[in-house]
Parts: sequence; C-alpha cells; structure tokens
Amino acid sequence: MIPARFDYVAPTSVADALSALAEAGDDAKVMAGGQSLLPILRMRLNAPETVVDLGRIEELRGVRDEGDHVVIGAMTTYADVLASDLVRQHAGVLTDAIEEVADPQIRHRGTVGGALVHADPAGDVGAPVLALDAELVVTGPGGERTVPAAEFFRDLFETAVGEGELLTAIRIPKHTGWGSRYEKFVRVAHQWSIVAVAATVRVEGGAIAEARIGLTNMGSTPLRATAVEQALVGKAATEDAVREACAAAAEGTNPPSDLNGDADYRKHLATVLTRRAVLAAAGA
Amino acid sequence: MTAVEDRPKTEIGAARKRKEDQRLITGRTKWTDNIQLPGMRHLAMVRSPFAHATITGIDTSAAKSSPGVLAVLTGEDVKDIQGGMANAWPITEDQKAPVHPAIAVDHVAFAGEIVAVVVARSAAAARDAAELVDVDYDELPPVLDLKEAAKDAVLAHPSLGTNKSAFWQFDSAGAGTGGPVDEAIEKARADGIVIEREYRQQRLIPAFMEPRSVVCDPTGEQLTIWTATQVPHFVRIFTALVLGIPESKIRVIAPDVGGGFGGKLQHTPEEVIAVLAARHTGKPVKYTETRSESLLSGHHGRDQWQKLTLAATKDGTVTGLKVDLLADMGAYLGLVTSGIPVLGAFMFNAIYKFPAYQFNCTNLFTNKTWTDAYRGAGRPEATYAIERLMDELAAEVGVDPLEIREKNWIKHEEFPFTTVAGMTYDSGNYEAATARARELFDYDGLRREQQERRDRKDPVQLGLGVSTFTEMCGLAPSRVLGALRYAAGGWEHATVRMLPTGKVEVVTGTSPHGQGHETVWSQIIADKLGVPFEDVEVLHGDTQIANRGLDTYGSRSLVVGGQALVMAADRVIEKAKPHAAHLLEASVDDIEFSGGQFKVKGTDKGKAMAEVVWAAFSSHDLPEGLEPTLDADATYDPVDFSFPHGTHLCAMEVDTETGQVSMRKYVCVDDIGNIMNPLIVEGQVHGGLVQGIAQALWEEAVYDDQGTLVSGSFVDYTLPTAADTISFVTDNTVSPSTTNDLGAKGVGEAGCIASTPAVVNAVVDALRPMGINDIQMPCTPERVWKAIRSAGSDQADATTGDAQPHFDAGAPNQAPPDPSSSASAEGADQ
Repeated sequence: MIPARFDYVAPTSVADALSALAEAGDDAKVMAGGQSLLPILRMRLNAPETVVDLGRIEELRGVRDEGDHVVIGAMTTYADVLASDLVRQHAGVLTDAIEEVADPQIRHRGTVGGALVHADPAGDVGAPVLALDAELVVTGPGGERTVPAAEFFRDLFETAVGEGELLTAIRIPKHTGWGSRYEKFVRVAHQWSIVAVAATVRVEGGAIAEARIGLTNMGSTPLRATAVEQALVGKAATEDAVREACAAAAEGTNPPSDLNGDADYRKHLATVLTRRAVLAAAGA
Repeated sequence: MTAVEDRPKTEIGAARKRKEDQRLITGRTKWTDNIQLPGMRHLAMVRSPFAHATITGIDTSAAKSSPGVLAVLTGEDVKDIQGGMANAWPITEDQKAPVHPAIAVDHVAFAGEIVAVVVARSAAAARDAAELVDVDYDELPPVLDLKEAAKDAVLAHPSLGTNKSAFWQFDSAGAGTGGPVDEAIEKARADGIVIEREYRQQRLIPAFMEPRSVVCDPTGEQLTIWTATQVPHFVRIFTALVLGIPESKIRVIAPDVGGGFGGKLQHTPEEVIAVLAARHTGKPVKYTETRSESLLSGHHGRDQWQKLTLAATKDGTVTGLKVDLLADMGAYLGLVTSGIPVLGAFMFNAIYKFPAYQFNCTNLFTNKTWTDAYRGAGRPEATYAIERLMDELAAEVGVDPLEIREKNWIKHEEFPFTTVAGMTYDSGNYEAATARARELFDYDGLRREQQERRDRKDPVQLGLGVSTFTEMCGLAPSRVLGALRYAAGGWEHATVRMLPTGKVEVVTGTSPHGQGHETVWSQIIADKLGVPFEDVEVLHGDTQIANRGLDTYGSRSLVVGGQALVMAADRVIEKAKPHAAHLLEASVDDIEFSGGQFKVKGTDKGKAMAEVVWAAFSSHDLPEGLEPTLDADATYDPVDFSFPHGTHLCAMEVDTETGQVSMRKYVCVDDIGNIMNPLIVEGQVHGGLVQGIAQALWEEAVYDDQGTLVSGSFVDYTLPTAADTISFVTDNTVSPSTTNDLGAKGVGEAGCIASTPAVVNAVVDALRPMGINDIQMPCTPERVWKAIRSAGSDQADATTGDAQPHFDAGAPNQAPPDPSSSASAEGADQ
C-alpha cells in the first residue's frame, strides 16, 4: 500500500497553509487527520502532486467558549472533542455521535473538520452539526466567511469549501439543557453508519418544545428531517406520540443501496431510529 | 532455583502463559516482512482487473524504463520455466483441472490473477512501475454463480470443456456401513417425516492478521525462501516439483507467522514468482501483499450449496440422510481445494446413529478466486447442515431441539462407535457435555423468558440455538489419506536434543503460526524429562533444522506432533538408561526414571538427567557400544483421527423492528480429551467461536455480476472485532482420547465448527412462530427484517446492490477506476 509520489508541505499557520495551497494550484490535497485521505492515496485512487498537512497548525486545534457559541477548531480530533465538557454540555448530540465513530485509533487521529470537509454521507459528524444549526467558518485568501450548516453540504464528498480555502472552525450555538441521542445502526462496531439519526430535543413540562434531527447516510449529504421536527413540537414525549411524528422521517430521502441494505430498508430504519433517538433524547 | 516450590506439580494441565507471546505481541521478532537482506529487491504484482479474459498483449516498456526497475516479467517470459501450480488432492481418477500458471500467460480466470511482476530497487518503485504495465485484454463472459456453473452454459475455462472438476460419492450401502438412503427416504415419505432443505455456505475470506509475505535469496548453494506460511515443508516440496529445482537445494523458513486459519496452507503463485524473480536477477527479493491483495487473491473458503434430505420416523428417530453438494473451487485447484468438501463427507452424520447415509459432491469451477482450506475445512459445512436439520426435525416433531438430539445421538456407553460414514469414534460423552452446558446456560430459564417475550409480543424476541457438534481432526492417518487419493501422508516428526548444559532443544515438524506450540511442547518435555519449563527451547519452521515434518493445519499439531514428541522423549530416556546405569554402576534393568532422576531401584543412588547428559557429551568413559549422544527422534503416523465434541448453546435477541440480531449469551462445553494448557485451550475456543459466529452474522465475500470482488476491503468485508462479541462461558468435560498417549483431542477448529449453526439456530428459533425456518448466512439485519416482513409468503429477498461507495470503489486490482464515478477519490480530506 504505497501511494504515488507527492510533495509534502506542513505549514504551521493558517496563513502559511493558504499560501501553500495557492502555490500548489489545483492539484493539491489538504490533509487533516488523514483517516480517509491516506487510504485513498495508498490505494492509488487519487494521486495529488502536493499534500498540505494541517497537522502542525496549533491555532486550528481545541474547543473554546464564545458566549452563546461553542467553537471547535477544525483540526480538533474526535478524541479531544469527546474529552470536552463544553461540547458535552452544550452540544451533546455531537459528543454522542463521536462516541460512535470507528474505533479508538481513528478517533485519536481523525478530526472533526476533516470529516466535515470529506463529507462522506455515512460519516457521523455531519448530521449532528446540521441538527445543531452550526456555522462553518471557511478561510480563504480573501479572508473568513461563515457558512450555515444547511448550506455547507453540497453533494457526495462536496462542500462549500472552495479550492484554495480551508475549513477553520465549527461554531455551534449552545443547546444547553437539550437532551440528545445519536442512534447509529451498524452490523459491526467499527463500520460506517448504515443509517444513523442525530436527535436533540428540548422538553418543557413533559412535552417536546423544540426538536432538531439530522440523518446520516440517507442521501448524498447529511439531511435535516425538518418535517419531523415540526411534527414533534408540542407533542408529549411518549412512545405513541413520537411514533406518529417520526413516521415521516424518511420522506423525500434518497438513500443508497449496498451490501448493508437497500434503499427501502434504510428508509424503514430511518423511521425506527428517529423514533428511538427522539424518545431517548427526550428522556422517555 | 527458589521458584521451584511455586511450580505446578505437573506442567501438563497448567495454565502457563505463552512463552512466545512477548515477541509476537510486540512485533519485535522475525516476521517475513521484517527481513532485510543486502542488495534486496522488491516485487510488485500486476493483477487482472477482469474475472475472465484473454490476454492479447502486454506492453512493459514504460514500466521497464521507470526509475529503479530491474526487470518486468510476464507469463510469456517465464512460460517455459514456471511449471504449473500443484493440486495435491485429485479426489477422483478423472478429476479435471486447468493448468494453473503462477503468472497467467494468455488467459485469466479470476479478477486478481497475476499477469506480470515488477522487480525494482524499492517497494515504491516497484509499485509505481506496476501501474505502467499496459495489458490488453479481450473480455470473456465470466461464470460466477455456482448453480449456473453446474449448467456448463458459460465456461470458466473454455479449454476444459466443462466446469465440472469432479464428482465424489460416499454411499453407506455401497461401503457396507449402513443401508440404502433412498429406501429410507421413500419409507419416510410414506409414513414418517422428510425434511428437505437447501442451505448456502457463503464464501469467506481467511483474514489472518499478517498479510502473506515471501523473501527469496538465490545467493549461496541453497535457495532460501522465507515465507509467511503454515506449511514450510510443503512449500519446499512443491517448489522443487513445480520449478524442477532439486529439493536438496531448497531451504524454506517459516519464521514467526501471524495467523493462518487455513489461508496459509498453500503453495502460492507469489512464492513461485519470488523464486523466478530472484533467480532472474540474481538478487534477494521480497514481496509483501497489501491487505487488498490478500482479500482479493489469497485463497477463499467455504462456498457451497447444500441440498439435504433427512428421513425420520414420526417420533423423530432419523432413518437416513442424503447430501447433495455443489462446491465452488473458484478458478483453479490450489493445494487441497478439491478435497475440502470431502473432509466434510464423514461428518454430516455427526454424533448421531443414522442407519443410512449418502454424500454426493460436485466440484465446480467459476471465475472467482480459488477456494481452499479455511478453519474447519469441510467440517463446519457438514456441522452446519446437520445441526440446522436437527432443529428443523425437532420443530417438525414438536419437541425441544435437545430432546431430538438425545434421541439420536451415540450414548456414552456405546463408544468406541463406528458411524454410518465408517469413522470409529474412540471416546466421548454427549450426555455429560450437554448436561453441563444446559446448567451453565440456564436453558430452562431462557426458554421461559422466550415464552414470556412471545406472549407479550415483545419487539425484541429471544431465540435459543443448539449445536452438539463433533468433528474429525488430527490430520491424519496416512492409510486413510492414501485411500482418499491425497498425495502426502499424515505423520509427524519430533526430535529431542539434550544439550550439554542441561538445556533441551525440541525440534518439531509442525509449524506454529500463533497456536502456542512453544509453550505446550515445553510443558510436555518438562514433565517427560523432568527439566524446568524454561530450559526447553522449541525449534520449528526451518526445513534445515526441522528437516522432517508435515506442518500445521487440521488441528493436528498436538495430537500427531505431540505424540511424536512424547515418543522421542521416551526414546531419550531409554537411550539414557544404559548411560545412567554405567555411571551408577548398576544394571540397566534396575534403572528407573522419574522426576528428572535416574535411580537404582530400591536404593537412594541416583543421577540427575543433566549429569547423565554431560557424561554422554564428554564421553570420557563410555562403555563399548554406547553412543555419545542422548538425542532421539520419532516419526508418528496416527492410528486414527481425533474426535473432539461439545455442546454449544446460544441465545440471540432479534429486534423485529430493525432485524438487528445481538448475542445475549453463549455457553460451550467442549470435550477435547485431556487438556495440556487450559489457557491456550480457552484462547483457541474463543477465537474459533468468533470466527464461526462471524460466518453466521457478518462475513461474506461478495462479487458483482462482472466478477469484481465487492467486499474487497475491511470496509465491506465486515470482520468483527472484540467490540462486536460478548463474554463467552466456556467449560470442558474430559473423555480422554484412546488413540494417543496424551489422551488429547484437537481443539484448533472446534469453536469455529460448532458456533455457526448454534447462532443461526438461535436466530431462526426466535422467528419460528412467524413461520420462518431459515435465514441465509450471514444473517444480516436486512435479511432478518425482510424475512420477518415477508413471513408467510414465498418471496425471497436477497441482499442486493453494491458496496458502500467509500474509498474502495474501483480499488486497485479490481475494476479500473472510473474517473466519473469515483467521487470518493476526488473528495477533499481536510
């Protein structure tokens, strides 16, 4: 498993990374944790001329509190996010999802930003980021811009991050006090999600006041189940009420068919898992 | 030696930690890929992306001019010297097999077949150049489905004229071991029960931890081959036979080897190519496969359709069993490919007293990777079929699955028992193992819970599965192998060398690759010769050191190789007695040996083994006729197979909403005779269980309709990890074997053979009230859910579609990457 030859640049600042990207032109790949890129290179499915490794850029690592937002540096590893009380407390569904990512080795290498830009629809961080209404901070030669999560995922392996740009941070509005659950359905523990559902809900007086639901691997991008979210508002956090509201979870989705299940099966799973995730998030 | 007090009374039976583990676990050892030789060159293989094609031309010019490249060899270049890969088990006189060149010359018959090899200064340069070899193919239609292959409409090898390699039959009426099966079935149709089922043994991949690797050094008088193999002695013999090199000029070394599971019971094209490349360049060469290459082109396992007819009386007494198999050989016959289904032929009757039995097997070629040994080899298939059928019979009769088994099994007082397949089981006690397993499992309590869940229509249903298995291992009596037309014998060899300083070297012809032979062989010698466990060194795997041997597979090492070791140790003692008698000035007849001391009977006069060894070494004062050595060796040909058995009970929870199945409890009580080291036995059983459970639930090698291996990486070949399993409850009953001095039976494959049907029986048991009587393996959630959804209708829902479009879409060595669809390859990975 030896990749084709490439030039390797390891800048130590975002500014240097951007100029390295500009210099390398359109045949450069950005490497974060390398957990998806390295297999691609080693299997020679891609052979970029230059790899720009963000691994030494300290300013892109870490979780910080910015008032009503939790901000996660794009190069923060899964393991570091898991260890963050800030994220656990204010964006619990992201913690829940990351607990289910692959295995400990990958969680210590892989980064949240890398996973988001790789945009594998079966990856586990897209749906919670979408459900939490996060904003993605994209930095390019012209400076910073902020993209709402709903506009970030464009297609299979395609995001709003353009050529010569970097995802630098994920800004998550605090969902303090919201219950959360990531229901991941797999055959073996280290597998990509066959289907997964990220649910976070705010319960008031036994009824669901607000709900946010993201779906993993139900289409070419992570999806938001907005119809279900609306149907849940005001519903009692009971099995029957939630079941009815979640029945439409798969509507309008276009999930893949593969060895783990065909599209119809995935649609069925999505409704079951959404109900379970919502009930668990609501503490029912 | 203050530690002496802490020693176990006997080493045999002690739960010794494995002496080899530190180096194996840390990796600070001699794995083949760790070997670096001066001037060593590296190989990269060019493999066919097509399942079936004619090679119309190969342009190697760009590869040859790539930096660091010494040579590029194609099949055309070596066709006169590469010979053909060997099949050591022609099961019938008229068995058909295509010529199997190490490098394809003008025809490729599976995706992954080697069409050229690059020799370069570095592995990277070799890989780079391999990408530049330009092969022109004319695609031919592939035959991929086993049942289609049987029709001979599309041929895997047009030059063969048929896909049928061989037909092999065992018939109890013909063999005189039982009655005619068709009569039994006919009678059962009239006034009894006939169970007819068709089961699929899916194709599996032996995913050993260490990918295969080979180093060949052509410098010096002997050609030296280091290879990650289970069978260094076979590699030596077949290198000689295939390439026409005198056997005496070949030294094969299997250094530490990281697992095999049958997958390294092979003489591989890569091993032949390494020799060809080394001789061509005059340089040492190394080839280490990638995991993708391993999954693609290391031999696969299982892959059968089993058509089964079980006849019984109305009360559930089995009167006959008929088995019709289609067995997928894949594209070629490997070392023992053709004999694998035959190893199951004697096991479909399992622990039961069937009066009539017939086994029919058709071996077929397809355009897939060739199959061969995989943990259990033939016996898991047989055990699965019969243990599934016994559950079906119990359901039909309306009794508990344990009750139907008891009605039919051999009673403990009936041993030794000759079965309808002609095997003589030496010892066993199915009642005792079952009683213990029942108790550990809380069988009755779980049955009650099952009923409660059914009554309250719980979305999570509970199923209990039974597997009361036996198997034949300890391969094998040479006379039986001869009768089965196998090329080699089944003996094993051991040497015990008494070193002057009191240490002992044991040389074994078995070839461990993770089993723990060094520990157990040391335990046996410590007890036999009265030397400390630590003083025993076990040597293996080098044909210049362990010059005689038939290697490790088929749970044979202890029961065959261990017995050879016991015999060699006994010979050391017998050889030492006259030496001791001389030193003690006594008659040989008065010398007795125990606890490491030679003593004169009835006196306190004695000499320690070490003293006798030193005297023989110095040999200053040997009487005439005594040789100055105590070393001894022995070759042992087993008198019979080994027949371990056990009762495995499995509880599975089935989530009827999603089809997800999860294991609740697993209990097994195995009877493997006397136990040398309970810790190693437990490890073997745990590992075997997981591998068998993996067949039931997770693993399957899937090809698309072009013959591309879709499950070509661990993304899609869902190998379980510890995170997917539960803690097993294991225990043993002991019915010592009567066919070897250790009283031991093989345990290497037991767990893997027993567990698969226990799991599937449990899944089916959970769903049986819905009218479901089968779920095809692996029992994926989708298959379970679809079975539930279509329960009551005949609609069969197969798993369809391609693998997840992750980074293995269009992986190398598979279909050529399609730039328009390999979106994953384009994806930025920030």
